[in-house]
Amino acid sequence: MADDVTTESAAPATVAVTIDGTTFDAKPGELVIAAAERAGVYIPRFCWHPRMSSVGMCRMCLVEVDTGRGPALQPSCMIEVADGMVVETASDKARQAQDGVLEFLLVNHPLDCPVCDKGGECPLQDQTVAFGPGESRMVEEKRHFEKPIAISELVALDRERCILCDRCTRFASEVAGDPLITFIGRGNTTQVNTFPDDPFSSYFSGNTVQICPVGALTATPYRFKARPWDLEQVESTCTTCSVGCRIAVQSSSDRVVRHLGVDVDPVNWGWLCDKGRFGFEATNSDDRLTSPLVAGPAGAGLVETSWSVALDRAVEGLTAEGGSVAVIGGARLTNEDAYAWSKLARVALGTDSVDAQLGDGLPAPFVLGLPRATIDEACEADVLVLLAPDLKEELPVLHLRLRDAITNHGLQVIELATTDTSMTSLAAVSLRYRPGDAASAVRTLLDASAESDPSWAQARQLLSGGSVVCVLGRPSLAEAADSVVAAADLLLTELSAVTFLPALRRGNVLGALELGLAPGMLPGRVTLDDGRDWFTRAWGELPAVPGLDTAGILAAAADGRIQGLVLLGSDPLADFPDRELARRAIEGAGFVVAVDCFLNDSSRQADVVLPAATSGEKDGTTTNIEGRISRVQQKVTPPGTARADWIIAVELADRLGIDLGFDSLGAIWAEIERLAPSFSGVTRARLSGPEALAGILPDPIGPPADRPGPLRHHPVPHQVSVPPVDAYALRLVSGRRLYDAGVGVARAPHLAGLAPGAPLLVNPYDLDRLGVADGETVRVTSRTARLDAVAAADVGVPRGVAVMAFNQPGPGAAELIDIADPVTDVLVETR
Amino acid sequence: MARLSAENVELAREIIGRYPRSRSALIPLLHLAQEQDGWVSEEAMVHIAELLDLTPAEVLGTASFYEMFKREPVGRYLLNVCTNISCLLLGGEELLEHCSARLGVPVGGTTPDGLFSLEEVECVAACTEAPAVQVNYRYFPEVTPESADQLLDDLAAGRLDEVVPPHGTLSRVRPPTPTRWAGRGREGLAIPPGGVRP
Amino acid sequence: MTVSDVAPIVSARRDDPAALTIDGYLASGGYEGLRAALARTPAEVLDEVKAAQLLGRGGAGFPAGQKWGFLPPGKTPYYLVVNGDESEPGTCKDRVLLERDPHQLVEGVLICAYAIGAAQAFIYIRGEMPLAHERVLTAVAEAYERGLAGRNIDGTDFSVDVVVHWGAGAYIVGEETALIESLEGRRGMPRLKPPYFPAAIGLYQQPTVVNNVETLSNLPWILRHGAAAFTALGTEKAHGTRLFAISGHVRRPGVYEVEYGTTTFRDVIYDERYAGGLGDGRELKAFIPGGASAPWLFPEHLDLPLDPSVVGPAGSMLGSGAIVVMDDTTDVVKAALRLVRFYAHESCGKCTPCREGTTWLATILSRIVRGGGKADDLELMLDVADNISPPPFPRAGWADRGIEPIAFPYRRTTICDLGPSVVSPLRSAIERFRPEFDAYLALALDPARTGVPVEVNRGR
Ligand SMILES: Cc1cc2nc3c(=O)[nH]c(=O)nc-3n(C[C@H](O)[C@H](O)[C@H](O)COP(=O)(O)O)c2cc1C
Ligand code: SF4
Ligand code: FES
Repeated sequence: MADDVTTESAAPATVAVTIDGTTFDAKPGELVIAAAERAGVYIPRFCWHPRMSSVGMCRMCLVEVDTGRGPALQPSCMIEVADGMVVETASDKARQAQDGVLEFLLVNHPLDCPVCDKGGECPLQDQTVAFGPGESRMVEEKRHFEKPIAISELVALDRERCILCDRCTRFASEVAGDPLITFIGRGNTTQVNTFPDDPFSSYFSGNTVQICPVGALTATPYRFKARPWDLEQVESTCTTCSVGCRIAVQSSSDRVVRHLGVDVDPVNWGWLCDKGRFGFEATNSDDRLTSPLVAGPAGAGLVETSWSVALDRAVEGLTAEGGSVAVIGGARLTNEDAYAWSKLARVALGTDSVDAQLGDGLPAPFVLGLPRATIDEACEADVLVLLAPDLKEELPVLHLRLRDAITNHGLQVIELATTDTSMTSLAAVSLRYRPGDAASAVRTLLDASAESDPSWAQARQLLSGGSVVCVLGRPSLAEAADSVVAAADLLLTELSAVTFLPALRRGNVLGALELGLAPGMLPGRVTLDDGRDWFTRAWGELPAVPGLDTAGILAAAADGRIQGLVLLGSDPLADFPDRELARRAIEGAGFVVAVDCFLNDSSRQADVVLPAATSGEKDGTTTNIEGRISRVQQKVTPPGTARADWIIAVELADRLGIDLGFDSLGAIWAEIERLAPSFSGVTRARLSGPEALAGILPDPIGPPADRPGPLRHHPVPHQVSVPPVDAYALRLVSGRRLYDAGVGVARAPHLAGLAPGAPLLVNPYDLDRLGVADGETVRVTSRTARLDAVAAADVGVPRGVAVMAFNQPGPGAAELIDIADPVTDVLVETR
Repeated sequence: MARLSAENVELAREIIGRYPRSRSALIPLLHLAQEQDGWVSEEAMVHIAELLDLTPAEVLGTASFYEMFKREPVGRYLLNVCTNISCLLLGGEELLEHCSARLGVPVGGTTPDGLFSLEEVECVAACTEAPAVQVNYRYFPEVTPESADQLLDDLAAGRLDEVVPPHGTLSRVRPPTPTRWAGRGREGLAIPPGGVRP
Repeated sequence: MTVSDVAPIVSARRDDPAALTIDGYLASGGYEGLRAALARTPAEVLDEVKAAQLLGRGGAGFPAGQKWGFLPPGKTPYYLVVNGDESEPGTCKDRVLLERDPHQLVEGVLICAYAIGAAQAFIYIRGEMPLAHERVLTAVAEAYERGLAGRNIDGTDFSVDVVVHWGAGAYIVGEETALIESLEGRRGMPRLKPPYFPAAIGLYQQPTVVNNVETLSNLPWILRHGAAAFTALGTEKAHGTRLFAISGHVRRPGVYEVEYGTTTFRDVIYDERYAGGLGDGRELKAFIPGGASAPWLFPEHLDLPLDPSVVGPAGSMLGSGAIVVMDDTTDVVKAALRLVRFYAHESCGKCTPCREGTTWLATILSRIVRGGGKADDLELMLDVADNISPPPFPRAGWADRGIEPIAFPYRRTTICDLGPSVVSPLRSAIERFRPEFDAYLALALDPARTGVPVEVNRGR
């Protein structure tokens, strides 16, 4: 046991390592197990996972390593390559050690493979076949535990099968930051478990199932659904949110049964959030729309009909008042769908009032014109400024990537927030501003002469050197977008090299905006005005003036200025921040067409409902927050006669007497590549080639000179005026939670119960001041509405602020917000 | 049974202050809870988790690794009979059996009156005084079946109250407060290599 | 016999209750070592300790000064952690130092902290030793009161805080990296060395010196009397004195301080000044020379000197300074079982071979002892043992049978030495006393017995 310590010396570019007789160049710092794998030698392992720290505890990866002092057994997952190192992975001694470990692992393993979900894809089973001993030499009874126990709503644990590799527990604490499962006990009776009655309710729990090397952890939504050998799979991209995690979509008997994370370097590293992983359950829901519906005779509600009848009705309704049509939604669509609808709106419906965002995002020309950062750039920045909603709730895997950068690579985060978020404890500095005052907060941050307390000074200090990336989104739906725009404009003006990662949530919202599903914007990041000539030549005549955004459309519909409303996979009644306006708009619109997968509050009131295909049911591409374009692929048949949105667009155009000019996805993409400047050079061939496995970023040099663009946002520093604070009122903050009342959650049986509800969170001091008890039901009154809510004390909420999650089951924040107000103040009283 | 009392929370904060990182206070705080209640309850673990900004699972993970933390109530007197090698050679196993018979409980059990719990333990570093017994971790050397009977009688009669506090109490000396000097030893402070020159 | 009469170094005050108070300690030359240290530069103190070639007394026997020298320059803060977790079966010498001469340890800690420039020192004491806690805490408090700990020690600008910390019952925490994990409030599971040598990446990932209680208790003497006086004692490779705990079948079990390297096993076991020999008419069957983890030695090895550089090549180790004597009444099968059970119980559970292997061995062996042995059980156990510690396993020679010794240390498929340690008692007993195992196996062939008792291994 001689203690010796290696001293650091200047690292060479590569080191020569000999593995099983073959010498090759390895990267300094690389682990032997990883180097061997690159060299084509697979060393068996259970505890090692390339995306987590090495613990070297299963001992399966023992190999003989010789660094000049003679061969010694070493765990290859802990040893870094060194120049001249000789490794034998299959020598007698190494094999003996590996066989021994395997036998030890099987000593207490139940070997219930025939009834185990993992059977057929189990590393333990595979290694046993590949390396293992024939039969058990242990006659003693095995370790017993109560068979599977639910450790959360989504994950079940069979402790008898567990081989204590520490993968799930390491994931929970290291990667997810939710150390809710742990080793309990010691030695041979160690088990993995939760604290009693404190479930593993992590947004990332499903990853533990994926990385469990045996069948100890199983996903409740998948248990006994299929056997691995019955599964078919395609690789695709998750569109639950806009991070763009790569997934494997697996099906059995034409039903999606599982999503697995696929490890791509620039994006998700193999991780998924549970909503992305299990949300496919909604796709399989019996509530899916399978055939078109039309409003029956008065009072009869919606009745099923044929596509031709429905399309005729739609065209009839939308052309009745010619010109006053608008399209809301489209962030659920693929890029190809979005392009088709963008073109349909401009050339066939004659409107530029199209908006994929629902008053909850940022202005399209602003977002598309910002200098963009990738996730990697955000992680590698010297300083990250966060002015965004709670990322763990809205862009969960981006949260994981940033968390890794912070905890393992020293990323310094300056958080600007109105209340505590999941980033608060991780940030180098977390600064508070009052809702509506984001811009003045940034001004104070950038103003060296401003007097402020030490944390502001510390933040200023951090900002003073190095590269800065800003993650930018809407921190609260009760705070107008303008305050965020003004804040970003200040950053742009003061920090010349700042780049932005937009924190906009919906699946393909950035693709939709980029393809023109935004007022005043045409496909390829060009404005209607800049692109008018180019597109008129290709498309024909375009609307004369920029159209309205969703707030504008809804206001116009409420006033009867817009007659025909198309809801393109959108539900303004649930998702638009101002529910009262949405209500009046849907009532006021003369004719409503909904294209959707489900009936929702809004589409239930439509005149025509067209069933759409959703993810897993169609091919195409999608664009993530970075602008990275990746393929989505069809695995199963859409239910009934549901079809892809682009087909619906073509059919509607057809009935309007317009030929959109394409009849296949290939043709659409060819047109996008040819016409939409920012997509120039991203050919379909590239998109199906190996280069596209991690997605393709558009060429940063910009489009060829003959095309319009590229769009640049020019900051116009401006003041945002916010009403003074009323001492009796609390200023409202409303953000989304991962699990909400949306259909994606509500129709997925295993997720539906997870929506946490929307208590009104208030600082205990304020509760005291108001004479309200923690947990008491209170009356909440805003300028426009009044509702009852349960008040809960929360020290993470600053004084003078009240937090209420958006779109939870039951009446909520959307009732209180008036979209025209820069901020929402509420009075809280006992009933 | 319970969360830490106000007084113990006070003490807990002082203990936390001794360490560069608060989690290091976890084992001392578990001892504190055990001193308060005689065992470590779930409520206490939850409370400790709050004090250290950990999850209850993390507290349980650590607590369950260590033999001394009892997560179920034990008797007022925890009788630990060593049967490891040196004690084994001098009758430790027989002594354990004797105690079990005398108390009428199996090894690991607690007498119905809640007075005694009996455990077989590993080497307690009293090998030269074998066979050794600890009662609430107070040493009793070279115990014979006869002297064990006497010991149990004395304990039951309260004659050893001075020497053997109830289960959970370890050191009765509190560390000097404050032990810290202006935080110079705290993590992050660069002390020149080779120490500070007088 | 060559029992030397050198004056004790670390146990001089063990029978002097006055030494428990700072005044008594000061009166017997206490804190003079610290003052001598403070009068020099830390680098000079480090050189003195290096010159003394003070070998670690915790088990591994690595030279203390050399270990301190590994601290990477500039990567501050450094920490000092005192290993007072003594729990190796047979070992009880640190307890004596903690309970009987706590100031000596505190002084040693301060000297080390000064030499290495420690930002903070932690004395980690085994949880099951409340008396030691009380004594050391009192000593630390007194040292603070007298300005000998804390800020500006003894009027110099050297400052260091000493924190007394205690464990909660886990043998493995004595392993230095597990000790660090435990001190960080975690489960005491060892870290792999390399890369986690404490001197490089230790407490809070900072360079850390971990030393045993006895090791540090030598420092006051060394600083007072000089390295030369220290190296004048003992042999070329083993200097000074060392504490040995002699237990088991001897007349006067106890902790004795002897000159290192020159004294033999025979001396400490048989000499009247030490353990005084075995009981009347009893013969020596075997003895454990360095704590339960050491391979056993036998009567023909009695004349080996207590020198690690001799005992290692002879097939065992001096380890933690614990000699356990077994006379001819000993049931070695049961003795081996008890130790195998110990390792199974104390395995931290991190490494598969240790977690599963130790328990498997304990189950087989207890089945054998209960009369359920099977013919191939011994071979199976040895094979299982090989999968924890790949052969050849160190062992003592057996001249009568022409068996050559195999030198220490053992190889391992595990992270730390706990796993392979289970093999020491098992192999020692089986190889030397096979007939006794066969006798147990024969029980199972007794037609009067039916069935194989099965041990059920239940987790909770
Ligand atoms: C399983 C195991 C248990 C150990 N237990 C102790 C112990 O109780 N006390 C101790 O001082 N060292 C123990 N050690 C040795 C320590 O790891 C470490 O080598 C020692 O504390 C260093 O101090 P030293 O150099 O002063 O001897 C143990 C080692 C192992 C592998
Ligand atoms: S050898 Fe045993 S005790 Fe040591 S780290 Fe491995 S499992 Fe733990
Ligand atoms: S994979 Fe290396 S020890 Fe588990």
